[in-house]
Amino acid sequence: MRNRVKSENMTMSFVKIVALTSLLSVSVVATSLGQDLKVIEKVLPNGLKVLLKEEHKAPVVTFQIWYKVGSRNEKLGTTGMSHLLEHMMFKGTKKYGPKTFSQTVMRNGGNDNAFTSQNYTAYFENFAADRIGTALELESDRMQNLLIDPKEFSSEREVVKEERRMRYEDDPVNTMVEQMMSVAFSAHPYQWPVIGWMADINNITRDELYNHYKTYYAPNNATIVVVGDFAADKLFAQIEKYFGGIPRGADVPKVAAVEPKHRGERRVFIKKQAELAAIFAGFNTPTVKNSDSYALEVLQGVLSSGKSSRLYRSLVYEKQIALYAGGDYDNISTDPNLFYVYAGVMPGKTAEEVEKALFAEIEKFKTSPVTDEELQKVKNQIEASFIMGQDSIFNQAMLLGEYETVANWKTLEKYVANIRAVTKEDVQRAATEYFSEDNRTVGILIPIKQ
Amino acid sequence: MRNIYHTRKTRTCIIILFALLMTTTVSFGAEPLGKRIVLDNGMVLLLSEKHEIPMVTVNMAIKAGNTAVPEDKAGLASIAASLLTQGTAKRTANQISSEIDFIGGSLSTGGGDDFATASLRVLKKDIRTGFDLLSDVLMNPIFEQKEIERMVKSTLAEIQRQKEEPNIVANEAFEKAVYGGHAYGRTGDDVAAYLPKLTRQDILEFYKARYSPNNAIIAVVGDVTEQEIIMLLKEHFKGWKGSNQPLPASVAPPVIDKTAVTKIDKRITQANIDMGHIGITRENPDFYAVMVMNYILGGGGFSSRMMDNIRDNKGLAYDVHSGFAAQKEAGAFEVSIQTKNESANEVIAEALKELRRIQTDLVSEKELADAKAYLTGSFPLRMDTSAKIAGMLTSIEIYNLGLDYPQRYAGLINSITREDIQRVARKYLHPDKMVIVVVADQEKAKLK
Repeated sequence: MRNRVKSENMTMSFVKIVALTSLLSVSVVATSLGQDLKVIEKVLPNGLKVLLKEEHKAPVVTFQIWYKVGSRNEKLGTTGMSHLLEHMMFKGTKKYGPKTFSQTVMRNGGNDNAFTSQNYTAYFENFAADRIGTALELESDRMQNLLIDPKEFSSEREVVKEERRMRYEDDPVNTMVEQMMSVAFSAHPYQWPVIGWMADINNITRDELYNHYKTYYAPNNATIVVVGDFAADKLFAQIEKYFGGIPRGADVPKVAAVEPKHRGERRVFIKKQAELAAIFAGFNTPTVKNSDSYALEVLQGVLSSGKSSRLYRSLVYEKQIALYAGGDYDNISTDPNLFYVYAGVMPGKTAEEVEKALFAEIEKFKTSPVTDEELQKVKNQIEASFIMGQDSIFNQAMLLGEYETVANWKTLEKYVANIRAVTKEDVQRAATEYFSEDNRTVGILIPIKQ
Repeated sequence: MRNIYHTRKTRTCIIILFALLMTTTVSFGAEPLGKRIVLDNGMVLLLSEKHEIPMVTVNMAIKAGNTAVPEDKAGLASIAASLLTQGTAKRTANQISSEIDFIGGSLSTGGGDDFATASLRVLKKDIRTGFDLLSDVLMNPIFEQKEIERMVKSTLAEIQRQKEEPNIVANEAFEKAVYGGHAYGRTGDDVAAYLPKLTRQDILEFYKARYSPNNAIIAVVGDVTEQEIIMLLKEHFKGWKGSNQPLPASVAPPVIDKTAVTKIDKRITQANIDMGHIGITRENPDFYAVMVMNYILGGGGFSSRMMDNIRDNKGLAYDVHSGFAAQKEAGAFEVSIQTKNESANEVIAEALKELRRIQTDLVSEKELADAKAYLTGSFPLRMDTSAKIAGMLTSIEIYNLGLDYPQRYAGLINSITREDIQRVARKYLHPDKMVIVVVADQEKAKLK
């Protein structure tokens, strides 16, 4: 029997990334308990920022390049451009034809991939330490010389449509979440999915995509993050050699959209063939750049971190009305995003009763402070996770890249101290401020028969 | 959040490469991966000391997987494993979760085909609490009736939920057809049929028969010395009784003598296709040649023929891969593809074409050289975290590979010839005797 990921971990891969990275939300409150992350930062004359961290525990290196472009930089009608562009980045430059990129990396014993989010598009190669030159050559080349051949473009568009079918069209919960997002943000680009609406994917032209590439893939709009077994001064010289000659691009267009304050609950219902009902709700909340984000992070830990958390204990374990229940705080975001709570409804139970229980747990945070034990537990969890995260160079690079792209990597150094400083009163105040009924958007999946 | 990140390749690439986990490069240090010590009670300890970060990662494998359970008790092994953390003689389920969460550690147990697993991760300063919890759940579980009922209920709900995921539906039907009554083919439906009949007595008997130190492997990676860990294990696992019950007889998978297509109808936009047959065991001496062959065929991501043909050239799929699940007993060879309904026939034909092609013609020198370069060159990436090292140590022990395996591996891979690839392709691929499962909107797929 195949070992299936348990349903409460359905979103595990995403949740894990968000959880890991949400650990690194730090405000700009200065404290004396700083941590030296041993990162060397340099900025090239063309605006390219380089963050290097030596790690000699294993003879491996992760090379990452983070472009500050995601779905937030798109327009309705051509949503999904940044993600489609990510795909096209592997389809050939003047120097390296299609198929060459990944095959070259793999021939050198490396792994590569890329991902697109609302706020960034990032590319990485993981190698044994002596192969880093390959990454420099390939990444510097495709930053400026991507071809976007029309035939390759047509073919890859079809691949992206298959991806969309797999992730959304044929996934009832994701269909509901996608619609919920579109309502949680009525005036901001976060309303559309990163992969884009299906009609938009079909609508994008090759020239529009090329223009998107030229606009956003510039050294002044990118950060290189390298963590692993190298000598920083030597590597920096190499980076300068490969990337220094790329001309600075024009300043990228700003995203001026601001989601106005919600003045009433929003509800979305999706009827689709499914086995179980599900609820996904979001509260509009600030980012890591706001000092409230620490209290919200601690709150999220008390709410949903581990089997001793409130949602799991109450809805899954004791009441047995939810198959899975959890929360997430999307704080590492360029613009204010959502604090989510979600649950899968057990057979024989109703979405109404699960929703009621879900929001009753949220209310508790407003009416009474968390216990001393809960507070300490979450702080312990966050700190332990921070320490254990040092075991993976990939994880360390991800945090630096994500953080630097939406805010500033330096505030990571005060992260643990700022989490430690959160009080029960802070948590209660944050709950009262952000978890109002008026500030929530609720998505409900109603299963129907085929 | 779930819809925030879109990667170019699905995580299935990592799954394909799982079987390639034991690759290495000859230049990867003369340092042994770890040390093997057999304790007095029969438990096998594998230790890799890493003192740079104050944390300890523990992986246990206990010979209490699906193969330890007869056919009429599908799901017993998994549920027994999951219930270990749901209450012991000393602690309730809630006390266990509170204790591990409070120290920011993690403790989990679960089932598997050949082995049940138990995992622990704690900061060094909490190592005693960690081992206290780990040994408690392994040695003293009480399998309280209400916990059993709770677990049964949620397992049944999860099985039901999985029916809304077409790729799971396809995979379950595929496994049932390939494995038949064999322990590797226990599907959600099999488990759902048994669980209402499950008794506490069943669990207790299974637990007593299987959970013993002589059936356990423990891989420890991190900030602990040999002396420390042996003392901790002696102290915490004191009194754990041995057991020598044999495993039940293995049920042979059905013989497939010609290709059979199973069609499952769902109102979906994509056809979810799983096709294949029985493959090899991990300990088959042809394993390495098979892995190289599979890398070229469909396991090597963008370096593979299937990806190249079906996704890159034709744009017909996002996810397309092949793999051999090579375990203690023969696992399946499986090709997995999702494509819009209307393209189902085309991708099935192309996949079969690729299977035949690798049998009829020798692979090119370049393909072979690239495959070897990847498999040997990427080895350091398979050992760059504590979790990966723990996993590798466990595999070395389970499959009797020897702690010098990392040093031997490059030689094993580099000695493979184009003729070897063809030989194993002809021996282990059966394009005319395939199980083909297609979950799709059958009206639109119009399968041939």
